[in-house]
Amino acid sequence: MTNNIIEVQNVTMCFNLVQEQFSGLKDLVIMASRGKLKFNKFFALKNIDLQIKRGEAWGIIGRNGSGKSTLLKLISGIYAPTKGKIKVRGSIAPLIELGAGFDMELTARENIFLNGAVLGYSREFMKNNFAEIVAFAELEQFADVPIKNFSSGMVARLGFSIATMVKADILIIDEILAVGDAVFQEKCYKRMRKMMDNGTTVLLVSHNIADVKKICQKVLWLDHGQMKMIGDVQNICNSYENI
Amino acid sequence: MSKINIIEMYKYRFLLKELVTRDLKIKYRRSFLGYLWSLMNPLLMMWILTLVFSYVFRFDIPNYPLYLIIGQTIFGFFSESTSMAMMSVIENAALLKKVYVPKYIFPISRVLSSFVTMIFSLMAIFIVMKATGVPFKITLLALPLSLFFVLLFSVGVGMFIAAITVYLRDMMHLYSVVLTAWSFLTPIFYPISIVPQNIRWILQYNPLYYFIDYFRQIVLYDTLPSLHTTVFCFELSIAAVIIGGIVFKKLQKNYLLYI
Repeated sequence: MTNNIIEVQNVTMCFNLVQEQFSGLKDLVIMASRGKLKFNKFFALKNIDLQIKRGEAWGIIGRNGSGKSTLLKLISGIYAPTKGKIKVRGSIAPLIELGAGFDMELTARENIFLNGAVLGYSREFMKNNFAEIVAFAELEQFADVPIKNFSSGMVARLGFSIATMVKADILIIDEILAVGDAVFQEKCYKRMRKMMDNGTTVLLVSHNIADVKKICQKVLWLDHGQMKMIGDVQNICNSYENI
Repeated sequence: MSKINIIEMYKYRFLLKELVTRDLKIKYRRSFLGYLWSLMNPLLMMWILTLVFSYVFRFDIPNYPLYLIIGQTIFGFFSESTSMAMMSVIENAALLKKVYVPKYIFPISRVLSSFVTMIFSLMAIFIVMKATGVPFKITLLALPLSLFFVLLFSVGVGMFIAAITVYLRDMMHLYSVVLTAWSFLTPIFYPISIVPQNIRWILQYNPLYYFIDYFRQIVLYDTLPSLHTTVFCFELSIAAVIIGGIVFKKLQKNYLLYI
């Protein structure tokens, strides 16, 4: 068995953006039959190759719209690539980002159980870990409040707390540390360190280069959907900061 | 591939359970009578329809209330579950966009939660049986079979309609019309005998007619449906699941780009 927990082989992701506005089925049919319906192809990612070994921490950097989140979604299995192959050998914690994978109508408590179930954990398992999840997120008072009433920092804290509680092999973090306050960020780092020591693989998207330097050993720099640089954290972060 | 699906389904059994409980919770949230409504609703409907049809139209059906409530319960389940399944993928967009979940789990969970509600409604049927003096016989043990057929059939139709609706939102508006037409083409409140001979063939192509008839044979006419009928009903429901499953699977690759 190979040591690579994630293998991304020559992956291209292409979205069709519908160019012409149409107001209904009738227009759609008319335009399609006249050949007027044009799709504007947008390549979110082009020919990405990436091998991630078990236990590594990778940072993914690049400007807005460079394809970072798309890459994470491909790895999570949320999108299917247009071309190429992706292999993941391990479980993935829910992709956490702002306004995470929660049902806004449900309370924090219900969302914890729902998210646990998404990862294949039973109600009993989640019950046993419930107190710890809520305590880490510092949301004891708000366990029965619907998520829609939470502040963005609270949502982010809950998301991080759930994702790191369940013992997934791969932890994917998309711009989440930016919302928490300094104290909570410090707590997150500590917990991530601990998880990494236990062999969890981490993928981190961040615009904060200091964060990336702090956590990751390797970095992928994306630019307009293409790989600009890949390798050790120091070199790449330095050149990224110098543009 | 099918082997993988079964393993995957097993892994996601907790999620399925969680989704079903969520639906049930949301359905009766903030109503005073809660789950009792699953029982009251069919009884009240039956009462009204029986009143209407005993004064306005007169059908020569023995034990009309029971005849009516059976048709109503089965069709009601089918119509509710598939309508809910139709929106299931779209409404769970938030979850689908953040984490990989097998997408078929959403229409299936919706149909299942609707099925649980229907099980409550069965109580209403038993009450009507009791009230109209229909004896409870051993043939009733065949009842789960007929429920199983409707369940499978609804899962199949639910997956089909959910897949189409992701791409063609017009389905949301069209489907309620389809359901109304379908309900009139199903002998829910009228006997088959009033359907003119020249259009009776339509009923032959209506799977729900067979399922409802199966149920009525057991409860109302106190007979066990023949093996031939049973196999036929089973084939119908399995065919629905296979067709719905294939269509859903074919279309699911690009769901994310449309929700």
